[in-house]
Amino acid sequence: MNVSPDALLAIAAMALVTLATRLAGLFVPANFARTGRLAAAFAAMPVAVLTALIAPALLASAWTDAAAGALTILAAWRLPLPLVVGIGAAAAAGLRALAG
Amino acid sequence: MSPPSDLRAEFRAGLLTALAPTLGVIPFALLLGALATDKGVSTAETALMSAWVFAGSAQFAALDTWSHPAPWLALGLLVLVVNLRHVFMSASVLRRMERFSLGQRLLALPLLADEIWAFSEARAARQPLTPAFFFGLALPFYLTWILSCAAGTLLGALLRDPRAYGFDFAFIAIFVFLILGFRKQGGFLATLAASAAAATVIHVVWPGPASIIAGTLAGILAAAAAHREDPR
Repeated sequence: MNVSPDALLAIAAMALVTLATRLAGLFVPANFARTGRLAAAFAAMPVAVLTALIAPALLASAWTDAAAGALTILAAWRLPLPLVVGIGAAAAAGLRALAG
Repeated sequence: MSPPSDLRAEFRAGLLTALAPTLGVIPFALLLGALATDKGVSTAETALMSAWVFAGSAQFAALDTWSHPAPWLALGLLVLVVNLRHVFMSASVLRRMERFSLGQRLLALPLLADEIWAFSEARAARQPLTPAFFFGLALPFYLTWILSCAAGTLLGALLRDPRAYGFDFAFIAIFVFLILGFRKQGGFLATLAASAAAATVIHVVWPGPASIIAGTLAGILAAAAAHREDPR
């Protein structure tokens, strides 16, 4: 169980910048953008971030992943989360195997 | 203060919510550990990194460029760029943390990995977000992440190609599910379309974390533009 000094320094640097990004919201005043367009922008944050995280993997990828993504979206419209995950993973693995 | 029975129910609801993402993260954590071993990063160093940084995509990116001695400045900058989205995420989730004391906020925010944040926002869209729910969600995910990353350094090559099993799609499916949970929200389609288009275009010309920032900004700008005063 060894931790080298240079690794410790690098990990500390990585941890500090991550902490800074996660605490940054504390410096947004609590009454900032409670109504109007800015409030709408804040409310859209979850959809905007989550979409940006996954869109390239579905839209700028092999057709197999785009097709698996479409199946996942259909499943997510009605089904509970564990089924959606199972269908998504099975569709991606199956289509990739088919496409070789 | 809420009565203890409420606390327990909220904590239990958090644990239940944590189940899917926690199981889903295990293959990635094992893979991250295997990659760490490849790069000559020890089990203790990997566990420490997972405990302190707790950001999967940033840790993968950092290990990918790891060398000896570890270039702390380059790694710090890389992780900063990959994690810039957390600035948006913390500002957004803090508006849902009205029931958290300052101390609870300071304990909660460092645990704001993507999945924790996303499930907290999804919860808050339906009912008030409580500290008991948040920590019930975050703690099992956090501990599983650390332990599985450490285990991965020992198991090494067992899980070389998680894509072949579709494991990488588990998180895509989780995020698709969470996105659709917001589909009744005003400006949903405008946000979705703008974010997907911007992220994909930027990803094609410049792969990397820039696509996440571009998609986020495009999505919230579209929501602001689509906003109408006095919605029914």
